[in-house]
Amino acid sequence: MGNKQTVFTHEQLEAYQDNPFRQRIAQVFSEDGDGHMTLDNFLDMFSVMSEMAPRDLKAYYAFKIYDFNNDDYICAWDLEQTVTKLTRGELSTEEVSLICEKVLDEADGDHDGRLSLEDFQNMILRAPDFLSTFHIRI
Amino acid sequence: MSHQLKGRGEEGGGGMRGQARSGSLGTGDRSRRSPSMKRPHRAEEAPGRRRAQPGQKERAGGSPGSGSPPRKQAERRGRRELLGDRERGSAEKICRGRRKKDGRASLREQRAPSKREKEVRRKEEVWKQLKKHRSSSMASSTSSGESLSEEELARILEQVEDKKKLIASMRSKPWPMSRKLAELREAQEFLEKYEGALGKGKGKRLYAYRMLMAKKWVKFKRDFDNFKTQCIPWEMKIKDIESHFGSSVASYFIFLRWMYGVNLVLFGLIFGLVIIPEVLMGMPYGSIPRKTVPRAEEEKAMDFSVLWDFEGYMKYSALFYGYYNNQRTIGWLRYRLPMAYFMVGVSVFGYSLMIVIRSMASNNQGSTSEGDSDNFTFSFKMFTSWDYLIGNSETADNKYASITTSFKESIVDEQESSKEENVHLTRFLRVLANFLIICCLCGSGYLIYFVVKRSQEFSKMQNVSWYERNEVEIVMSLLGMFCPPLFETIATLENYHPRIGLKWQLGRIFALFLGNLYTFLLALMDDVQLKLSNEETIKNITHWTLFHYYNSSGWNESVPRPPLHPADVPRGSCWETAVGIEFMRLTVSDMLVTYITILLGDFLRACFVRFMNYCWCWDLEAGFPSYAEFDISGNVLGLIFNQGMIWMGSFYAPGLVGINVLRLLTSMYFQCWAVMSSNVPHERVFKASRSNNFYMGLLLLVLFLSLLPVAYTIMSLPPSFDCGPFSGKNRMYDVIQETVENDFPTFLGKIFAFLANPGLIIPAILLMFLAIYYLNSVSKSLSRANAQLRKKIQALREVEKSHKSVKSRATARDSEDTDKSNSKNDTQLTKEGTAHHSASQSQTLDQKAQGSGASSSAGKTVLPASQHLHVSRAPGVRPDSGQAQPQAHPWRSTSGKRAWRPPH
Repeated sequence: MGNKQTVFTHEQLEAYQDNPFRQRIAQVFSEDGDGHMTLDNFLDMFSVMSEMAPRDLKAYYAFKIYDFNNDDYICAWDLEQTVTKLTRGELSTEEVSLICEKVLDEADGDHDGRLSLEDFQNMILRAPDFLSTFHIRI
Repeated sequence: MSHQLKGRGEEGGGGMRGQARSGSLGTGDRSRRSPSMKRPHRAEEAPGRRRAQPGQKERAGGSPGSGSPPRKQAERRGRRELLGDRERGSAEKICRGRRKKDGRASLREQRAPSKREKEVRRKEEVWKQLKKHRSSSMASSTSSGESLSEEELARILEQVEDKKKLIASMRSKPWPMSRKLAELREAQEFLEKYEGALGKGKGKRLYAYRMLMAKKWVKFKRDFDNFKTQCIPWEMKIKDIESHFGSSVASYFIFLRWMYGVNLVLFGLIFGLVIIPEVLMGMPYGSIPRKTVPRAEEEKAMDFSVLWDFEGYMKYSALFYGYYNNQRTIGWLRYRLPMAYFMVGVSVFGYSLMIVIRSMASNNQGSTSEGDSDNFTFSFKMFTSWDYLIGNSETADNKYASITTSFKESIVDEQESSKEENVHLTRFLRVLANFLIICCLCGSGYLIYFVVKRSQEFSKMQNVSWYERNEVEIVMSLLGMFCPPLFETIATLENYHPRIGLKWQLGRIFALFLGNLYTFLLALMDDVQLKLSNEETIKNITHWTLFHYYNSSGWNESVPRPPLHPADVPRGSCWETAVGIEFMRLTVSDMLVTYITILLGDFLRACFVRFMNYCWCWDLEAGFPSYAEFDISGNVLGLIFNQGMIWMGSFYAPGLVGINVLRLLTSMYFQCWAVMSSNVPHERVFKASRSNNFYMGLLLLVLFLSLLPVAYTIMSLPPSFDCGPFSGKNRMYDVIQETVENDFPTFLGKIFAFLANPGLIIPAILLMFLAIYYLNSVSKSLSRANAQLRKKIQALREVEKSHKSVKSRATARDSEDTDKSNSKNDTQLTKEGTAHHSASQSQTLDQKAQGSGASSSAGKTVLPASQHLHVSRAPGVRPDSGQAQPQAHPWRSTSGKRAWRPPH
């Protein structure tokens, strides 16, 4: 990041309102899980979302972001949430359930009907775009 | 943290002990009060430790100061007196090392009286003696306690290595920032304390210096990287566009920048080796006929309309082929300009080929790891399709839309295997569409041919209008503007999958452009042939004019006639310059049309939509005209074909590359502005990397196609007789033969003659074919092996999956007595205790990050530690052999003693 900007303009803050997972990100990185962040949490977030952060770390936090009910597994309900957020609810319920089924079929290594962290890492570390898309530039 | 607390606890104990033996209290106080005085002697002593354990530290850190001569006398005196005390001290040391508290208490009582005697002496002396005494006691004690210190040393070393690893891998730990900070500080403190003490770094100061330099170096590297990023031209602009329009639009600009770089190199080549030598050292303008505007054109030669068409003074300038003289060497440097001209023309193509192929290869290398993508289609779409970089609501809207469509597409792909409705209709429509498009292509080709023919007639006539003069360019630009949308409309008939449809569309536009270009070239070739056939007559006319001029009557025979003014000499048509002018005009008009299209089609449309929306009956922004999208494929293809024209034309118009550099520069800024101001993000975002190589492939094709006509003209057309660097030769490549014959030694000429022998060239070509065949077969077999390996991995994964599922069922059955922390598999498969799971999983994550290197390096670190101990023990083996030995190795002895101290 070449530009050393210390004060955010209103537009720049507005600009980050479009991420469908913004609330999840705030919840994951805040200490008490309600989305209110201290300076340390904020630094945490940007150290994870920076371009320099290692793959494994990014994968770990991506897992936490997509784990909506915080039970350390990505279950079908989490997947449905993700799809709904990604498509703004424009898919029918059959389509959503089909997608979730497919994802579980592809990535669930131990066939327990949900994705563990290991399954998720196994999958996400092969994704060609993960590193290039999972970061934020200020 | 923990060892600090422990240290504080012992500080209390040390203070108590100090009260009992007052002598040591004094030294302890001294060390506390004047750390600045002591620090030079004990550079490697950690300050925190000195405060924490005064008593121990006295013993450990005393020796470095003992080497100075004035101290020795006092030491010897003190040694005799304190002989018994020393032994007691060493005993105490061992006892303390083994934590025998009862023994220590009894020793303290014995010790108190002997110390009291020394109170009468001056403090300075006491201090020195104590130091010496302790150092020697230390030396003797190591011999008895070596087994202990060795293992402790190894332990500390291991800890130090661990801490170092921790610091190195801190970034990859999923810890909150506060914990990271705390751990980092602790680890750094620990390192500071022990690294110097263990003799790993040469003392604390050097260590600190090294740390400082390392930090500075890291900062410097970061700054340098920033600097490099800032040096990349238009990086910020492109990043800005990328964040608004996604990576596909940015890929066009990156491509444009790359093209600019390539053209800059070509420009440097041509300007540095051809144009500048000619301008500096060649004959000046007006000296010979080819460098002079003919008499008939002189009045109009400076008019803007003439100059704009690259006629007049422009035509007779160094921008074009015809200006160059066929003199073998020019200037005092004896620069062989014709040779240089030829070689530069060849190397322009050589460099371009090399750079295109190289960048294609590097693109390929990056994209080899996409083999897994078919296994995880839906997963990747779900978890990696959202681009976290998007910071613009419009882009975000488009991204949502594209994700939805891509999900739908995948679902359709998934379901689509059996259903094929109305195959015949689809086939009929596709054939029809292709037929229509071929008709369009043929029509456009014929139109261009017709227009070029007409323009040749116009060029013979006088008083042609502006339209008639520029008809070719206008028609070509109009075709380029209207045909692609037409193709797109026709392509909707075909009902292809959009991905395939896009490829078809690109291929068709490519064919259109290519057809236009080649029709243009063929027409040009006709023109050239016509001119060549006229050349013989013109040559005769010139010859006879000059003959008559010099031999005509009416002049005194004794006075030599002044030479004919160069402007009056009749001359040939110089087809090379004519071709160069055509390319130049085409480039300029192409540029202008592009800019005008952007201005009208994008900017004015955007203005209209934006401001007329307030007073219009329907929503202009969402409805019909809307804003323009950035047409990536059209722009990239335009850029590629423009480059093809540059490659073709640069041999006949060396100035063309300069014009192109200007064009690319302006279009960079202009298009950046236009995109940001008046375009909306694209509906379909296609993968930048893949399409980039597709573009590169097209570029390579165009390069090859533009190489053909140039090679043809060089090899098989005779150059004009009165213009250009190759005039008077039979073929252009004769210049090489001439240079070889005249400038190289004769044996080299013979070698070249042998090399040019068909008997050598044909085997060489055969050999190349064989090499290509061999390499091709090798790559095929490698790729087959690759595919097989991939299949194997796939099969293994399947096996693993089924194995795991069986195991998970088994563990679910008897999950009561499984140990949670037993193995990785078990921890993940047991269903209860999720809190434990997360902890252990995060640990496995850490272990993965640290990798196997941790265990292997830990094994290595033990070895140097033990080696080191052997050396450090040497003075301690013979404690009575004199004081000189430990003094000779101050570093070793201290490090040995330091290592002896129990760690906390």
